[in-house]
Amino acid sequence: MLDGRGALRRRAGLRLWLSGGWLIVVLVCAAFAPLIAPQDPLAQDLMLGRLPPVWMAGAEPGYLLGTDSLGRDVLSRIIYGARVALLVAFVAGTATCLVGSALGLAAGFYRGWVDRVVGRLVDIWMAFPPVLFAILLIAVLGTGLTSIMLAIIVIDWTRFCRVVRSETLNQAQMDYVQSARVAGFTRARTLLAEILPNVLPTIVALLTLEMGIAVIVEAILSFVNLSISTDDPTWGGMIAEGRISIYQAWWVLVFPLAALFLTVLSFAQLGQGLRDRFDPVLR
Amino acid sequence: MLVLRSLIARLVTTAVTLFGVAVIVFVVIRVVPGNPIAMMLPPGATEADIERLKTLYGLDKSIAEQFAIWLAAVLHGDFGTSISTRQPVLSLVLNRLPATLELSILALLIAVALGLALAVLGTRFRDRKTEAGVDIVNGIGLSVPDFLWGLLLILLFGVLWPVFSISGRVSPRLELPFVSQFYLFESLLRLRFDLTRDLLGHMIMPALALALPLAAIIAQVLKQSLKETVNLDYAVLARTKGYKETRVILAEALPNAVLPTLTLVGVQFTFLIGGTVIIERLFSYEGLGNMAIDAVINRDLPLIQGIVILFAVIFTVVNLAVDMSYALLNPKLRHA
Amino acid sequence: MSAFLEIRRLSARLRGTPHRLLRSVDICVEAGAVRGLVGESGAGKSMIGKAVLGVLPKVVEVVEGAIVLDGDDLLAMPPAERRRLVGAKTAMIPQDPLTALNPSRRIGPQITDRLTDILGWTKARAATRAAEVLEEVRIPEPARVMRLYPHELSGGMRQRVLIAAAFAAEPKLIVADEPTTALDVTVQKQILRLISEMQARHGTALLFVTHDLGVVAKICDSLSVLYAGKVVEDTSVERFFAGPAHPYSAALLQATPRHTDPAGSLMPVSRAVLDSVTAEIAEADAGWVSHG
Repeated sequence: MLDGRGALRRRAGLRLWLSGGWLIVVLVCAAFAPLIAPQDPLAQDLMLGRLPPVWMAGAEPGYLLGTDSLGRDVLSRIIYGARVALLVAFVAGTATCLVGSALGLAAGFYRGWVDRVVGRLVDIWMAFPPVLFAILLIAVLGTGLTSIMLAIIVIDWTRFCRVVRSETLNQAQMDYVQSARVAGFTRARTLLAEILPNVLPTIVALLTLEMGIAVIVEAILSFVNLSISTDDPTWGGMIAEGRISIYQAWWVLVFPLAALFLTVLSFAQLGQGLRDRFDPVLR
Repeated sequence: MLVLRSLIARLVTTAVTLFGVAVIVFVVIRVVPGNPIAMMLPPGATEADIERLKTLYGLDKSIAEQFAIWLAAVLHGDFGTSISTRQPVLSLVLNRLPATLELSILALLIAVALGLALAVLGTRFRDRKTEAGVDIVNGIGLSVPDFLWGLLLILLFGVLWPVFSISGRVSPRLELPFVSQFYLFESLLRLRFDLTRDLLGHMIMPALALALPLAAIIAQVLKQSLKETVNLDYAVLARTKGYKETRVILAEALPNAVLPTLTLVGVQFTFLIGGTVIIERLFSYEGLGNMAIDAVINRDLPLIQGIVILFAVIFTVVNLAVDMSYALLNPKLRHA
Repeated sequence: MSAFLEIRRLSARLRGTPHRLLRSVDICVEAGAVRGLVGESGAGKSMIGKAVLGVLPKVVEVVEGAIVLDGDDLLAMPPAERRRLVGAKTAMIPQDPLTALNPSRRIGPQITDRLTDILGWTKARAATRAAEVLEEVRIPEPARVMRLYPHELSGGMRQRVLIAAAFAAEPKLIVADEPTTALDVTVQKQILRLISEMQARHGTALLFVTHDLGVVAKICDSLSVLYAGKVVEDTSVERFFAGPAHPYSAALLQATPRHTDPAGSLMPVSRAVLDSVTAEIAEADAGWVSHG
């Protein structure tokens, strides 16, 4: 039985390596997209529409994963799509993290009316169906990358706020915080120098999870056709197109879906791994 | 007495929350740049026509005034008229609600059954390879959101091995004898199992997509709780009586391990209902969520308002129901 | 009299390690007799009871020996058969009545479940029997109590319920694992007297695990003294209290407070005695290692 646990831990390590490895691949694709992509992701050629991947009959060399209905190269669009996905993941994820954590820290540390106001806001936010809220916001803010990121921040800050608040509450009860206060440190200093470092591991784990969620939200909004303009390559947009032509050209759906799936899975596994490592209960 | 007081306190906070939701939706959608009136008019309509319609829908007044009028009407059960279909919002929304409720509840049942099975399996074979396997399945279930599960299921069971329908709620050619919108429920009541089969064939894919992440969460939390419970004295005592391990888990540990899982399932169930919005879109399932996305795309302000409020009401009702069932299931609270 | 339970050369270790927890233990309980199992905490006395009942924690691994119950070696049996046999012929009175009753099940079913599920009695017969034993352990209004949940009873009441549950199926052997330790001092005496009374009336063999020699004097016929998983003395109660043979037993007896002064005169076992016992165990271990 001890062997079972040991194997489990080894496998958890392997999972983290695989997840990190895939994310580095995506990162490289995003950074060097113009160098890596074999074709122009926007170039249309109706003569080359719905070409299958190279290993199937009727394929053209140079179009490794086939083309979509407008003759655009699927592989190149996936590589360029990584840019949008990662940009949203990092920028929206980090911004959401900052807003939510700041509110959570403030509510958990200062208690009183701050906590009541923030708590009430969280309650109201939790009563919204998040996807519908996002779609509504995009309708208001207009399509485009900035709107998407803004929408993600507006919707998802509660995720950080709830966890960070309760974690801060726990930490604030601890002796070391009490003694820092007795030693005469200001409240702000106590919060930033004593509490924040202890809450930080949780925040980092949540941030990693949030990046995966941001990628999904972008894909969902592209799918509903509310993301950036349809010409620009995004995984969600490609999936939306692939869903329509699923019986004629499965590859238009399958490859971007695989990219999205692996990226979301990797972010989540990384986040779970970090959380388990930091969580004293699970450790 | 205490129960009554806390119930009243709950109802007050619920009312405040719903009010907050209403205010936010109201403000947000009135900054929508696209003019909904323009879409309703035939080309060549005059400025006077536009003004007339604006007055008709109350869009010429200030936001605060509009909100007061809307709130007063809502309190009388009037949610206004949909701009795109020109039908009362309330009847439109209530007409679609059953489809979404049936889907959500089916998904919940699947999630609970699956989560329970995984948790019991992992506990029965704890600290062995089987448990490690259950953990990996849980990890993947937790990592992949409903939208992605939906797409994967479409690929697997809609295209590769087309055994289930991936679009719609019921086969269009079927004649439906139903008087309510609760198709699945009514088909069971009428013993029309042919229709039940067709309905389930359409619902199973979207329901599974919604259920998988929740199943993983239930399995993870319940397994943790079960593993602690199976080592408690009363479970050990049951083993000395001659019971099999599976029976000890099911009859002794499970009833006590379920309570901590219950609150969690409540919150997660509201997330699941929120997920129906995109899942219904993905599977062209004619429910509330699908209608909501159409309403946003059509800038149908009254309809959007109505749907969001309805979702908020459902969420708060679910949370209340969970808290109450928690009190009912816990023998200590029940007799206090 | 014949032995109803005979433990022979039972050794156990921490799974996957050479660390021995039980060292070739021999214990014998005569039918209808009471055997005390005495030792300090950590000596392995509860573990022996658990080994008999088949509920050793997973980290403990039996490496050799036999547990013969009524002529059958439990360790040589398939697990399912062993479970049924143990369930039918033995019962347990647990240590802590607060945690040994399932909080979400009513009292009644927790007494009758073994009767109906393992022994195949009808529900009506099991319910009658449960009411009977509850009456016997002097629980007022048995019918009403059977409908209650554990948290509605006091600790002493719960221990009575557990005793009733143990005797309900008329087992031939009961393992009592420090059944009074978790109770109030005033309740302890009553419970002890109750167990003794029930044991005598039903003629049940009793393996009584305790660290309290005062309790042994009151209830047991014979006793085994355990140190670090090894039986250092196996004797009758009269002979033990007249003068124990093993120096460790003597030290233990000396360390036990007399009934008038429960806490004051606790005298630690002397260093010299401990050294000699440890040497004895090391010797036994060396023999065991070369043997294995």
